[in-house]
Amino acid sequence: MKPMLAAFAVLALITVVAGFGLPEIGFSAQEQGSGDAVRLN
Amino acid sequence: MAPIRLILTVLAFALMTGFAHAQETPDRSSTGGAQTLEDIMARQKQLTIDDSFRSDALGDPEGQPLDDQLGTRGGASDAELWRGLRYGAANITTSSRGPAATTLIQDGGMAWLEFRQGPLQQYGSYLIGGTLLALALFYLIRGKIRIDGPKTGTTILRFKSIERFAHWMLAGSFLILGLTGLVSLFGRKVIIPWLGHDSFSTIAIASKWVHNNISWGFIIALVMIFVLWVVHNLPDRTDIKWLLKGGGIFGGGHPPAKKFNAGQKLIFWSVIVFGSVISATGLSLLFPFELPAFATVFDLANATGLPQSINGVALNTTLAPHEDMQFAQLSHSIASLILIAIIFAHIYIGSVGMEGAYDAMASGEVEKQWAREHHSLWVEEVEAKEAGQTPAE
Repeated sequence: MKPMLAAFAVLALITVVAGFGLPEIGFSAQEQGSGDAVRLN
Repeated sequence: MAPIRLILTVLAFALMTGFAHAQETPDRSSTGGAQTLEDIMARQKQLTIDDSFRSDALGDPEGQPLDDQLGTRGGASDAELWRGLRYGAANITTSSRGPAATTLIQDGGMAWLEFRQGPLQQYGSYLIGGTLLALALFYLIRGKIRIDGPKTGTTILRFKSIERFAHWMLAGSFLILGLTGLVSLFGRKVIIPWLGHDSFSTIAIASKWVHNNISWGFIIALVMIFVLWVVHNLPDRTDIKWLLKGGGIFGGGHPPAKKFNAGQKLIFWSVIVFGSVISATGLSLLFPFELPAFATVFDLANATGLPQSINGVALNTTLAPHEDMQFAQLSHSIASLILIAIIFAHIYIGSVGMEGAYDAMASGEVEKQWAREHHSLWVEEVEAKEAGQTPAE
């Protein structure tokens, strides 16, 4: 059972890191789909 | 019949969107050469029509440029300007960034939307529902496949920890991706009438976030599974014997098999092939317009001569950025629906369908009698290795 639980834990970690980390390093739709002159907020 | 109709529908869609038919020029004298009611009706019926009478009618290229302030006073009219926008011939500049920003009109979007809301959902639900029904019927007729011989009380290690880790990472991510993907595809039809718009909005937003981000785990696990098991899944002559006996369904008994039998090899290669298509198209969808691939794919297909021999003309390799995304979305959905159906069968046989099978992925240890019945050659191989000798062929 340990490999299964470890796999699910790693999966959750990858998901959270990808979800919050990728936009931080510039991989966000807001970055890709707008110009510098556009205010996002 | 459903799979055949599905294939025909997909083929029809590909023909409809990718090919241009050569046909007789209709009489348009009553409209002065502009489109007629028949042309409009044909488009609404999704029939393929020769659109060159519109796509080529873009005004006088020597006249005033289309994007100039006095453009319409020069060589092109308003109608010609709109046709220029529709066929990607107008010189457009926008303040928005990205390769798709200058595509203001894209005809293919309508065909994609209608296919996605129509045949894709219809045949996709038939495929998934039909597979579940077939498995339920098989269970009712065949019942659980029991271990035939007396249990030995001893076990044999079938899968190491790293193999089980990769399997569960792939399985866990695929189940969540499948569920959230089905929410995206069927949510409007199933969840909105059931829970309402507000609830669906929350579910859809959460599904999209999870779907987009868990996908990395799926890709990593897919690579791990390929590296770990490809050697054991290469076809050999034992697979022919196994397939001829239907894995034991025909003629009784248990055909000999190595670590993976032919049925498992088919599952493995289905996962690798469809999983790769899903991953590649998924990456294209994750990074919109950044990874266009279908023009290249169509170009390679044209190089084989196959599209020309089927329809007489080559596939269209000049695709709008949105069109490439639409092909990516459809390929992603079709490959996913097929893989979901295959994985249902895999889950069935690995759990309720066969006694002792689940142990292989739970503890990694399987009952020796089970292993002898389903993977006799593999057991001989393991026992010979333990005894320090090479097994007889």
